[in-house]
Amino acid sequence: MLLIRCPYCEEERPELEFRNAGEAHIARSADMAATSDDDFEKFFFIRSNPKGIIYERWRHMHGCARFFNAVRDTVSDRFLLTYKAGEPKPAKLPGAAE
Amino acid sequence: MAKAVANKIAPTLVERRPVLAGQELSVTGVTLAVLPTAQRISLRAPDASVAALSKALGVTLPRKPKTSTAKAGRTALWLGPDEWLVIDEAGKDPLADCAELTVLHSAVGISHRNVAISVIGPAAAATINSGCPQDLSLDAFPVGAASRTILGKVEIVLLRTATDAFRVECWRSFSDYVFTFLSEAAGDAAA
Repeated sequence: MLLIRCPYCEEERPELEFRNAGEAHIARSADMAATSDDDFEKFFFIRSNPKGIIYERWRHMHGCARFFNAVRDTVSDRFLLTYKAGEPKPAKLPGAAE
Repeated sequence: MAKAVANKIAPTLVERRPVLAGQELSVTGVTLAVLPTAQRISLRAPDASVAALSKALGVTLPRKPKTSTAKAGRTALWLGPDEWLVIDEAGKDPLADCAELTVLHSAVGISHRNVAISVIGPAAAATINSGCPQDLSLDAFPVGAASRTILGKVEIVLLRTATDAFRVECWRSFSDYVFTFLSEAAGDAAA
């Protein structure tokens, strides 16, 4: 079983307590009415789905119930980093030099 | 005597029947028991209100993850950064204590929503671990530790009350599943 570090509980907890909540850092337009259909489609439907590093939202559903962000490698399923919701994308990832 | 009669409430038409009331199971190493009813609130509040709420409730709301505090029959369990479960076993409703407060908070009475089951004995941790993936060793989950987690297919709130004793809080409608699950697990853990 995967252990995922919850930044609010400040410890690693079993994956059964968590839910994935899609890609992170997708900003909703402040003026949605003025958004063109093409831009709205990109915002609403199009996701990056990379092979490798992905930034995701996760929720500690059966724990503190908080949403947070995680950096995960989609190939190895390894969690590189988790950080609180609202914090900026980390500039440097642990082990990125490898 | 006359006064007592005058204060007597009219007989209620609806009798409260706590689910699984009084059920017990004892096998080698573990004893399960459905605990008596208690008063509970689900409390949510920002940082600024915590001091006033702690004072009104008479128990300091814990600020550290996975911890609880207890005083005079009342226990406050940390569930999230701004969320607590307050359980009162002394018969005083914590909801009433919050009612007069003007600081920002949300207190919801959930006394009837939850059912508590005690799991006691040397094999208590093994019993719960058969459906709960958390590390329940004393290093990771010491006495007083509390956490919302899962047991089998349902969500529970787990509180360690002693080195070999746990309190499992689950929703009323899940209580039959939880008690049956723990009963099966107790048999396995004892074997």
